[in-house]
Formats: sequence, C-alpha cells, structure tokens
Amino acid sequence: MPRFTPPTPLTPYQRALIIGASSGIGEALARRLAAENYRLALLARRAERLQALCEELNQPEPRAIFYVHDVTHYQEVPTLLERILADLGGLDAVFYVAGLNEPPGGLDRYDFEKDRRMIETNLLGAMAWLDAIAPLFQQAGRGQIVGISSVAGERGRVGNPGYGASKAALTSYLESLRNRLTRHGVHVLTVKPGFVQTEMLKAAQKVFFPISAERAAGDIVRALKQRRQEIYTPWFWRYIMFILRNLPSPIFRRLTI
Amino acid sequence: MLSFAYLENFGHSLGATCFLARPENTEQIAELFRLARKKGLKIALRGAGRSYNDAALNGGGIVLDLSRMNRILEWDPERGLLRAEPGVTLQQVWQHILPQGWWPPVVSGTMFTTLGGCLAANIHGKNNYHAGTIGEHVTEFKALLASGAEVTCTPKKNADLFYALISGLGLFGVFTSITLQMKRVHSGLLEVHAWPVPNLEKHLASLLENAPQYDYIVGWLDGTASGKGLGRGQIHAARHLPPGADPHPERTLRLDYQQLPATILGIFPKSLMPWLMRPFMHNWSVALINTGKYILGLRRQRYLQSHAAFHFLLDYIPSWERAYGQKGLIQYQSFLPKETAAEVWREMLRLSQKHGFPSYLGVTKRHRPDGFLFSHGVDGFSLALDFKVPARRRSELHALLQVFDRMVVEAGGRFYFAKNSETSAEIARAFWGEETLQRFRALKQRCDPYSILESDLARRILGQ
Repeated sequence: MPRFTPPTPLTPYQRALIIGASSGIGEALARRLAAENYRLALLARRAERLQALCEELNQPEPRAIFYVHDVTHYQEVPTLLERILADLGGLDAVFYVAGLNEPPGGLDRYDFEKDRRMIETNLLGAMAWLDAIAPLFQQAGRGQIVGISSVAGERGRVGNPGYGASKAALTSYLESLRNRLTRHGVHVLTVKPGFVQTEMLKAAQKVFFPISAERAAGDIVRALKQRRQEIYTPWFWRYIMFILRNLPSPIFRRLTI
Repeated sequence: MLSFAYLENFGHSLGATCFLARPENTEQIAELFRLARKKGLKIALRGAGRSYNDAALNGGGIVLDLSRMNRILEWDPERGLLRAEPGVTLQQVWQHILPQGWWPPVVSGTMFTTLGGCLAANIHGKNNYHAGTIGEHVTEFKALLASGAEVTCTPKKNADLFYALISGLGLFGVFTSITLQMKRVHSGLLEVHAWPVPNLEKHLASLLENAPQYDYIVGWLDGTASGKGLGRGQIHAARHLPPGADPHPERTLRLDYQQLPATILGIFPKSLMPWLMRPFMHNWSVALINTGKYILGLRRQRYLQSHAAFHFLLDYIPSWERAYGQKGLIQYQSFLPKETAAEVWREMLRLSQKHGFPSYLGVTKRHRPDGFLFSHGVDGFSLALDFKVPARRRSELHALLQVFDRMVVEAGGRFYFAKNSETSAEIARAFWGEETLQRFRALKQRCDPYSILESDLARRILGQ
C-alpha cells in the first residue's frame, strides 16, 4: 500500500527511484529531489545510512521510503520493483547511481575479481533495473531515466581498464535506451561526472578540480527538468573530453592519463 | 493482460502510472482479483474516466477499465426496463431507447459516462429534486464482490449491499449487470424556460420556488460578478411535454433530430473551440465574457429544445476541458442545506474573488436527500465552481479550498466524490459521520476481506 497521501491537482508531486542512494551523488540527489517535493524510493546496501537519510528527509512530512538491496542480486529486481511501484504509487523517474571504482593498483597490475565486480555493479546492475523499467515507461509513454556514467568511459585509459570499460558500456547502453525510447515519450539522460567529492574519489589517482556531490546533484536535476540528453558535471569536462576524445592514438597511448 | 499506462482524470489535472487491464467478462475480472491478491496489489475501477478527481486512478496499482463490457443485454420497450453491462455509456442508452419514447431517468451533464461509473458515484441530474439520484431508478443489479462472491441486489433483496454498492465508489465490487427503469417521454422535445437572476439570494430563491413546477432546473452562476451582482446568473428550467402536445413525436424522437450543433454560434467548428478559447481563459477576459453572457440572458426566453441539447451541454464542445490549459481544471462542488447555502456561498464567492481565483463557471442545482451509503444529497442546493489550476500559486488555491471545506462542513454541507479532488479524510469524516464510516468498514470487511479494491480517491478520503 502506498504510504504517501495521493497527490491532488493543487498538491502535486513526482515519484522517483534512486538506486545507490546511501552516499555521494545518490544521497545528494535524494536531498535535492526531496526539496523539490518528490516522493522517493531509496535503494542501497547499507541499511543504517539509508535509514538515517530517510529519517532526515521525512521531516516534516513523509517523502522517502528505503529498501536494502545489492544491485548484483539481479533476481530480486522484478519483485522489488513491483513493491516500489505500489509503495510510491507509480513512478516518474529512475536514477541509476550505484557505482564501484576499484583500481587494479598500478599500471602493470590486472585483477579480474575487481573488474568483474565493477562490471556487475556499474553495468549489469543498471541493465537489470533499467531493462525492467524501460518497457513500463515505454508502455506508459512517459518517464525519465537517468544513468550516472563517467568521463572515464570515453577513452580507454591506462589507469583502470575495468572501470573505463564498465562506464563505456553503460554510456552505450544508455544511448541505446534513449534511441529506443525517445519515440515513446521517455527521456533518457546520461550524466558524465568528472571528479566529484565522494567516497569513490579516494580511488582516484589524480584529482583535478573536484566539485561537491551537491553541486553535481544540482546539475543533474536541472538537466532533468530541461530534458537534456547528456551532461558533463562540472560543465568544463565537456571541453576537456572533446580534446581527449580527438587526441590521435599515437599520442594518447604514450600518455599516462 | 496488464499494461503499464499513464492515466489521467477528466480535467487533466491529475495523473498516475498504473497497471491497466481491460477485462471483457466476469471471469477475467475474477481472475484479476485473484492476481491482485497474490501479488498484494490494489485494484481501482474505471469506466469512461470522466470523473474530475482521482476516483478512477490507482498509482502503482491495477486499474480495471470496464469500458469493454459495453453490451446492452435486454431492453423491454413495454415496461421501459433496460439491462446492461457496466461499461455501457449513457449515450448508448438514450440512443437505444429514445426512438421508442423512453429517456434515462437521471443523466449527467455529459453522455459519455458509463452506467457502472454513474452508479458508483450515484450521480444526480438537473432533476435531482424530483427524481433523486440514479440509484433510485435501479431495480436490480448483479455484482462480483472483491471476495469473489456474486450477488444479486434489489432495493428489497440484499438491501444493505444495494444501498452501499450504489454510491460505494467502486470499493466493494464490480457491477456486472445493471437493470434501470427508464422514463416515458411523449416527445423528443422539452419546453425550456430561461430567466435572469440578479444576485445570489434571488438566484437560490428562484431555484427553490420553481423547482417543484419543472422537471429539470439548473442555474448558471457568474463567478466573476461581485458587489450587488454577486451570484447573478441565469436559470434554465424545463418540462417534459404532455402526451399530444407534440404534433409529430415520431419525428422528434428520432435520433437525427437530437444532434448537437456542429458549430458554435454558427461559425466556429466545435473541435477547434478549446484551442480558440484558450487565449481567453484569464480572469479579466472571462469576467468580460460572463458579463456579456449575463446581458444576453436578461431577456426571458421560452423555447423547445431536444433532450440531448438540453441535457448534454458539456458535450457541445468536445474536449472543452482542454481550454483550461496545461494544468487542467478542478471542479469544486459543495452541497448545502437551503437555510445556510446563501451565506456560505456569498462568502465563498467573495473570498475566491479577493484572492484572485474567480471561478470561470458556476452551476447551481436544487437537491434532496437520499438513502445511500456515501450520500451527497441535502435538502438544499449545490454549487459547482470550475477553477483553472494555476501554474503558480497552486498552494494558495489549495489553502483557500481547505477554508471552503471547513465552511461547508460547519454549515451542514456535503461533497460529491465524482468531482471533488482536494478534500481530505478529515473533512470527509466530519460530514459523513462516524456511523457511516463504521457501516462502510463492516461492509468492506464482508465484501472485500483482503482490501483489494482501493483507489487514489479511497486512500485520500478514507485514510489508510
């Protein structure tokens, strides 16, 4: 049973699902969307952090429900999605924020276990959720899908092949969803963050102009309202990546970025 | 069987994503009840989707669209008894029976509502003072309860269910066949009288005084007029023609005689009207248009008009609700006893104008009480006010309507849940009273022990 009073024409709200909401960009997005009067379903592995966040968001009125879920438990998705739809009373937007960055620890090291975990969380988790939600949005002829990819997916860089590959695949997957769903009225937004101050940043070797998770969340919500297809946050990464994308391979393969 | 769909209310001011099913027979409905119970989902019922509120919405749950169950099962032109499935529309009904000299006993302002929806909301028409609600003309219905039981109800047999399922907002079960007693008519025409009323007191006094002398009576109220003219408007009252008064009944009863005009004022194609009207839906231009309408109505008029043209004013302009723009409209209809009505509505109209939310259309009717569970009937009047949902200042209008809600309830008034979209559970409890709610809970437990049937409306006005 939905736990929120249904909206009325004069007290409307939207409903969103955030997958990976216990910290970083997901947490900042939850705060931001709650401030915009969204009703939220928050998913993550860490129950205590989700519970604390929910308690904070549910003042003065209920706005968020949380569910403990590991995105690599793909078989849980259909039942959990059904429950979330019933609890929220529908769904207007979904944010796939869950992500893992585990560098192999050196330019000469390789670690399949870490690579597999990153692919599972960053890519397969997204596919499990968005493959379930996309047909619903397509039937309904509306809905917004937001995937947090990364600038790391734009070029095969030396630092973390597994992470780069997972984000490149996610970017491509989101583009396919967009190309499939735009004709049905569904909006798909790909977000490519640069360096954002979150737990994940600890894994980064070099940090260049990091921004806060709140600022990234602000950029994402604005892009959501404007129905943009792809954004970089912070914005200047668009130009940095334009250069890096077009750098000829003979040069790029000699660099260590 | 289920598709995910975004459904809206008629006013386009509300929407929700739901799992939509369109059953074609009773077995499929029973199957869906079992599915919902297995999955722990809620089911709401939907007819034509013509209600102004959240009655036929169920965000994240299942919505049963019954419009495919639209067969007229039996028609007895001798006795005027019609048996039909719940998805049959009033349009199907009157077009089926009028050529033989019958007319539905109660109709809404649009002919596109379904019988199931009409019964669930227990609709009234412009003849409420005489004929009561549509439920009073139902001789028998069959229903599939959410518990899986099939019941047959008449005013005598299973009377408690009869008086609860009708007006029950679809929270007990699904009507599977409905038998209605039609009204004999001797002509396809009505004799209509129209006259102006200069202010609210005269407006209500005129309804009160004239209702007994006419079969139908309805008032147009200019929601933008203030000061001395507050509540001014025009009354339209109509009578059926007695036998023999129409020299050619066989001609006027024919369907082609009952066509609504194809153009408005003779020149504007009606399908374009909502878009032609949209630029004029502002406070000052509506005030100007209403003043013009009032002045044109100052002359007393008598004329003959077809049934369809008199009753289905809302259908003159298809999709007229689109004229209210992106955010849609809400309709706020309150029912008040005749003793307190003038005072409350005077204050209501004054406050709405003061806060910059004049109603663009007001409609008044004369009512009497009825004996159904969720009754909206009072010995008094109703006033329906259309408000454009503002893009900004929405919360201000909401707060204002909360004030109106309290004024109405304190004055002994009621609300009608085919329309009202903002009222809270607290207000509903206040006017229905604890006894009605206890009756509801007891019957709900009996008919729907697993609480399968639930709509956004039910969650809003009945709490959880």
